Amino acid sequence: MSAYLPDGLPAPGPAPDGLGDEFWHALREERLLLQRCRACDRFQWGPEWICHRCHAFDLGYDAVEPQGVLYSHERVWHPVHPALAGRGPFIVALVALPQADDVRLVGNLLGDPMQPLEIGTRVEGVFEHHGEGEDGFSLLQWRVST
Amino acid sequence: MTRTLRHTVAVAGVGQSTYYKHGQSPEPEFKLVLRAVLAACEDAGLSPRSIDGFSSYSNDRNDATRLAQALGIDDLRLAVMQWGGGGGGVAAAVANASAAIATGQAECVVVMRGLAQGQFGRFGQGPALDRIAGPYALTIPYGLMSPAQMFAMRVNRFMHDNGVHTEALRAISLASYHHAQQNPDAVMQGRPLSAEDYDASRWIVEPFRLFDCCQENDGAAAILLVSAERAKDLPHPECYLLGAVGGAAYRADAAGHNDPIYASSNFTTLAPRLYEMGGFAPADVDVVQSYENFTGGVMMSLVEHGFCEPEEVNDFLVPDNLIAPKGRLPLNTSGGNLAEVYMHGLGLVIEAVRQVRGTSWNPVEDVNVSLMTGGPMVAPASCLAFGSEATR
Repeated sequence: MSAYLPDGLPAPGPAPDGLGDEFWHALREERLLLQRCRACDRFQWGPEWICHRCHAFDLGYDAVEPQGVLYSHERVWHPVHPALAGRGPFIVALVALPQADDVRLVGNLLGDPMQPLEIGTRVEGVFEHHGEGEDGFSLLQWRVST
Repeated sequence: MTRTLRHTVAVAGVGQSTYYKHGQSPEPEFKLVLRAVLAACEDAGLSPRSIDGFSSYSNDRNDATRLAQALGIDDLRLAVMQWGGGGGGVAAAVANASAAIATGQAECVVVMRGLAQGQFGRFGQGPALDRIAGPYALTIPYGLMSPAQMFAMRVNRFMHDNGVHTEALRAISLASYHHAQQNPDAVMQGRPLSAEDYDASRWIVEPFRLFDCCQENDGAAAILLVSAERAKDLPHPECYLLGAVGGAAYRADAAGHNDPIYASSNFTTLAPRLYEMGGFAPADVDVVQSYENFTGGVMMSLVEHGFCEPEEVNDFLVPDNLIAPKGRLPLNTSGGNLAEVYMHGLGLVIEAVRQVRGTSWNPVEDVNVSLMTGGPMVAPASCLAFGSEATR
């Protein structure tokens, strides 16, 4: 599968202090791992060093099915990065995951950029791989569920 | 003893540089700031050497110590910076300065912002980086990187939840451009905007068209605050601070768009605190300056400040209601960030002062309560209100 957006956007990765490492490594292996508190059993996202609910430091990462519901969306027309010049419009989707305490993930909605967008639509994840080795990374994209 | 800023502080002076389109200032940013500060001092009838504090926000580059050195200030007592980006800190910078004056830490504090985007880079451009880490790694690789893109999904969700039509956003834009035509300092004076022009303008990111988005400018603005008592002996004793608050709601701006209260301008906790501190209610407000990074943020700011219910937005946000002097709630009467100047909201604070003084280019009659909201949809955000002598 070719990438949804052109090459040349900044490559994502964990924070310098290592926060989010598990998430980025798992995407490489086509798995979605999200942070979950071992004390209160609730998911939280983005990753943090403490659970915002119970203040436990004992946080792990659990596998989550990459399926969700369109929480909001935007169709982008104006390029603000040189790599995106002439690549418009495209769709950014915000997806809520009911099976993970409704945490949300940002991605692109694959397919026709002019497709109708309806909040509440069920979507499923598509792993999108970029590059090789140390410079490689993977993104989680979305398409309307069939 | 009640702890409040109400009527403890007054705006002694306001000042601004010439405002330019981005990249068109012939002068360096620091010099623009000096001009704004000197203008505020002249307006206040005070020597620049009587300044003893500086308060700013958004990591302003124009360091308080350098300003104190440049102006030969004898006794610098206060140098405070509000955390957070964009214009979210504009009213909080007034709050921080006022708190210092009210508690005797300083006597004469300048709140300032210098912003020469032509010299230091534009906010509306994406980052030129090879790698991105931390919270932005969750968004930028998906092409979500400019402020307009960061906020459009919040606005889309609000419009979906409340059945809002794009005409409501258009009305906000038309009001700003209408008011700017009377303001000789407005960058967009002489550039009127019609509903047809708006409808024909290009999409930036839906639901924002070009004219839903603020300008990018070069310029500087400053206001000078003193105690209400001291202001009695100065040329402008008439504009008192009623209240100023900053902050953020629960988990506001959580990474990757995970804020629980998502379709929000982030005033759900601030507005009630402002009304409590100021001792007034939405119905008492005569005129509003509401920070337009994007029109959708104004819409949610007005709702969260109690000027209309979410389901009333389509009826409330029509040009007739928003245009001075006769509208139900005159809005952004200088032209605002869209059409006067984008000085991270400090231009809006100055206009809120002018409305109390009666010196706006689009004056609303008999203004007693003049409200300003800063930096919608960012965290922390902030808001303030000024009151006339009649509020004492």
